[in-house]
Amino acid sequence: MAMLHIVNKSPFERNALRSCLGHALAGDSILLIEDGAVGAVAGSSIAAELKAAMADKSVYVLGPDLAARGMKADRVIEGVNIVDYAGFVDLTAENDKTQSWL
Amino acid sequence: MDMTTKTFMYVNRKAPYGTVYALETLEVVLIAAAFEQDVSLAFIDDGVYQIAKGQDTKGIGMKNFSATFKALGDYDITKLYVERESLAERGLTEDDLMPITYEDADDDWAEKPSVQVISRAELAVIMSEQDVTLSF
Repeated sequence: MAMLHIVNKSPFERNALRSCLGHALAGDSILLIEDGAVGAVAGSSIAAELKAAMADKSVYVLGPDLAARGMKADRVIEGVNIVDYAGFVDLTAENDKTQSWL
Repeated sequence: MDMTTKTFMYVNRKAPYGTVYALETLEVVLIAAAFEQDVSLAFIDDGVYQIAKGQDTKGIGMKNFSATFKALGDYDITKLYVERESLAERGLTEDDLMPITYEDADDDWAEKPSVQVISRAELAVIMSEQDVTLSF
């Protein structure tokens, strides 16, 4: 029963992403949207935790939210998948459930 | 009429677009400038993303207001402090910031940078020297 976890708050402002990472299970997917997208940028203080999570979970970031904040695809942590809105819909369809971390 | 001038610092701590704070700060900053107060802006925590260069909001259907920061010099707002530690924590450097300049009336309108990247300790001192600090 794979779950899609959606995080829309910056990991530098709220602990939603950390809390999510602490509760997501192997095989789950994590999608970073809105201000949460900044968590996907390489070289930050949260990057190591995201990389560790990618050992058994998939991490995605919504491309348009990244672009709005001035970050291009080459700034994203290696292994994080950039998706568009259609990809967002696909993720909700592919997973059995979704959970939004507000 | 003799109007008292106070120092106002606007502290920006949030990324743009996800919430309305960044846009609202700009509105308030321009009001203070209209009353000829001594205005400065600080960008700390996720606020540093407000002046990241290359913002492209076409994909999220929102107005890209980042160019407004470049107009602040015309309102005599020439002190934009960016905290170095906040950049580093986010994997960013000064190169990721928009070039924002002003024309110095006291120096034959020479174009000078408005953005100053300073340390957390330096910013703390500048904050302590303000008459009024407003956080967004």
